[in-house]
Amino acid sequence: MQLTERRKSSLSALVEWFSTPPVTGNWFYRFLIYPLLQIIVFIVGITLVLTVIAYLLSVLFPEPRPNIFLATQISRQLPGMIISGISIGFVYAMVALGYTLVYGVLNFINFAHSEIFMFGGVIGFEIMKRLDDAGVIQGWNPILLLVVSVGAAMIGSGLLAVLMERIAYRPLRNAPRLVPLISAIGVSFFMIDFIRAIEAVTRNDFNLTYPKTDLPWLTTTFPVSFGQTTVQIKPTSIIMVVGAVITLIALNWFVNGTKLGRGIRAVSQDQLTAGLMGINVNLMISLTFFVGGAFGGAAGVLFGLNAGTITPYIGFTPGIKAFTAAVLGGIGNVTGALLGGLTIGMLESYLNGVLVYFPALGQNYTDIFVFAILILVLIFRPTGILGERVDEKV
Amino acid sequence: MMNTSIPAPTSGTNGSLRQWIRQPRIAGVFILAYLVVFATILFKLDRANTLFPLWSSLAFPPFVISPFIIFSSPLSRRIKAGLILLVVLILMPLIGIYDGGYLELSIQIAIFSALALGLNIVVGFAGLLDLGYIAFFAVGAYIWAMFSETNVTTVWSVAGLIVPGWAFYLFIPVGVFAAALVGMLLGLPVLRLRGDYLAIVTLGFGEMIRVLARNLDQPYNLTNGTQGLSGVGRPPLPGFAVPLTANIGQAMGIQISNVEPVSQQLLFYFIAIILLALIIVIAQRLDNSPIGRAWTAIREDEVAAVAMGVPLVRMKLLAFASGAAFAGAIGVLFAAKNSFVSPESFSLDQSISILAMVIVGGLGGIRGVILGAIVVQLLNLQILVNFSLQINALKNIDYVIPIINFPIRNWPPQLEPAKYQRLVFGLLLILMTIFRPAGLLPEPRRKMEMRGRAPEPDELARLEEPAIAAEIDPKHANEG
Repeated sequence: MQLTERRKSSLSALVEWFSTPPVTGNWFYRFLIYPLLQIIVFIVGITLVLTVIAYLLSVLFPEPRPNIFLATQISRQLPGMIISGISIGFVYAMVALGYTLVYGVLNFINFAHSEIFMFGGVIGFEIMKRLDDAGVIQGWNPILLLVVSVGAAMIGSGLLAVLMERIAYRPLRNAPRLVPLISAIGVSFFMIDFIRAIEAVTRNDFNLTYPKTDLPWLTTTFPVSFGQTTVQIKPTSIIMVVGAVITLIALNWFVNGTKLGRGIRAVSQDQLTAGLMGINVNLMISLTFFVGGAFGGAAGVLFGLNAGTITPYIGFTPGIKAFTAAVLGGIGNVTGALLGGLTIGMLESYLNGVLVYFPALGQNYTDIFVFAILILVLIFRPTGILGERVDEKV
Repeated sequence: MMNTSIPAPTSGTNGSLRQWIRQPRIAGVFILAYLVVFATILFKLDRANTLFPLWSSLAFPPFVISPFIIFSSPLSRRIKAGLILLVVLILMPLIGIYDGGYLELSIQIAIFSALALGLNIVVGFAGLLDLGYIAFFAVGAYIWAMFSETNVTTVWSVAGLIVPGWAFYLFIPVGVFAAALVGMLLGLPVLRLRGDYLAIVTLGFGEMIRVLARNLDQPYNLTNGTQGLSGVGRPPLPGFAVPLTANIGQAMGIQISNVEPVSQQLLFYFIAIILLALIIVIAQRLDNSPIGRAWTAIREDEVAAVAMGVPLVRMKLLAFASGAAFAGAIGVLFAAKNSFVSPESFSLDQSISILAMVIVGGLGGIRGVILGAIVVQLLNLQILVNFSLQINALKNIDYVIPIINFPIRNWPPQLEPAKYQRLVFGLLLILMTIFRPAGLLPEPRRKMEMRGRAPEPDELARLEEPAIAAEIDPKHANEG
């Protein structure tokens, strides 16, 4: 989604290659091999950078608490941190896609996207809980169950996003910039309490616990040993990674390889001209909201499965982190959202792992660091890592 | 209620009625009758009555907005000022002595009106959307709480830095400076950001301050973490306060069981009113000053403003600092009044509800913002709560709503209106932005912006004269 010509970057051609999807070539290469390679390169790159930083930190503070050596702890926890970082990173990337797609098309931050994410988690819960109450959930094939619940959440959240756009944002499309943002805050607040009211009345409780106890395949962990340390890999981590990779590849194909995707890209470049060329601009905007919302919904189910319990308030923190991810990667840029999401997820995981050993800090400060990164990125490189420079209109 | 008071009819079917009520004498009689009716209802209400919540929600809001009706009436300035002072300084405290609940409500309204006015400087005047405004309020509150609390052992109490209650008055300027400093610190790095990025960064700052307040009990106990600081110092009561309150109560023929808390609340009420009055004057002066015009220029077009020689950095910082300063002063008062400060009082919800006040009332206008604060606070603290109370009271007598034949005991207990403030605020924000983006009491310039055209120069010149500005008002009242 290029808006203007890319600024000549001092980074190497490799980065250039991995941030610009190929526009020609074999279908398999364009929509399967290349995105997978891209994801692998991102993961390896981020892991290397963060690991080096962590070890540098351990040189600076070799013994943050008596008899606790940071380097030893890091080595012991490294595989676990990487795995949890990747799985949460993919969730952030999926949510960040919703922010970035909408921003690319409308130049507007959909503040209520965190509630779309929450709504997806609620739908996933409702489906599993209903199946569980009917007593048939054990008989379901795990993959079928996941496909059904994630699919339903994608459709539900996508429709919710379209509805939000139709009711709360479309009438404000020509209003001053801040007005739709305020409306979006209103939508976000409304959704939180609306879902809470529904769940409180129908279930008497708005803490929604996924029926994990009836799903034995969800709670058995796989021990994998790395050298001396053994990491218990949770099946939810695998589900998160696999689900995210499949949906991300599908999105890449949709945006870059289909006619509708071309329509979305055209609208994001220039609404007026796209309209003159016969593209139904309103339909494309609705479609963008649908796709972004669907990704948020899918991420909501994966997040809910991993966390076990969700509440109507769950959206805020992942939402703000995913937004940070979108900004970090370069808002409006789909590849950037992936890179940013993985970076924020990994960073959070590393911070959680390392900050525990510092007496004055602790894990409570992880969020502060994430916010601080958002602020630093916005100050020093407002276009994000892969973002294009957008000139201020005079 | 407000419609009857919008001045200068030009067209419309009920023009003659409006013309009639615009006559000063008729309007004066109407206002006096209005005050007498609602004040009498408030004095007659009894909390034991089953329908008390309903009556109180019907009578108190009209009474609170009576200064607005007086203000827009065609009476002479002196009479208007006298009537407003009568309501604010005499009637309200008397009602407060009769029923402490109303006093608490009006203190909350005054505090949040002042906060909304501060946010209005940043958002309404300078056009910088700040979603972390509550952080400055927290700075003021914590400054006073840390140095005056007596219940918790913190770094400050160990170091013997606890000050006596009378220092409250000194700490109001301290809170102002501390919050202004934090405002500048926040402002400096985010100056380059555009509107929506700025909103998210300020939101992040607000959350950071809250997370800091939550976690600064280790390794040194500065804020006592999630437990919060209790036993915060209060300004001492002047010697005459308690006997005076008792005497007034006696004269009104009511028995005040515990005089001291009532007079303490009265003291806070008057401090809040004085602070609010000061803030109104300062905001008004700022708006009509070269600084205010520079802010307007920045809000409307940053690039053009710089081209015309507006010092962008200084003006933006000034906006952040002055908005924060108001919140700092009010924060000190808030801490003293509640005598308890905890991080949860300074959540994002609070920032959003202050923003809702500014939006509902009308961005950029001072009267509008105060009206917005009144509407949102009344909804939040009185109407929704009363709605819950009323439902429970009706449940107790097993009331059945006639016509639809709905027994009220079937109302699900989870659906307690008082717990769904976010739903109401969210709906309010959406509906306001769509149908009345300029707010309930729009500022004329802002109204034209929202209608999507720049004001003509002669139109702006005419706006300087309130009578003519009002003429534009009713004509477009429904266009939004």
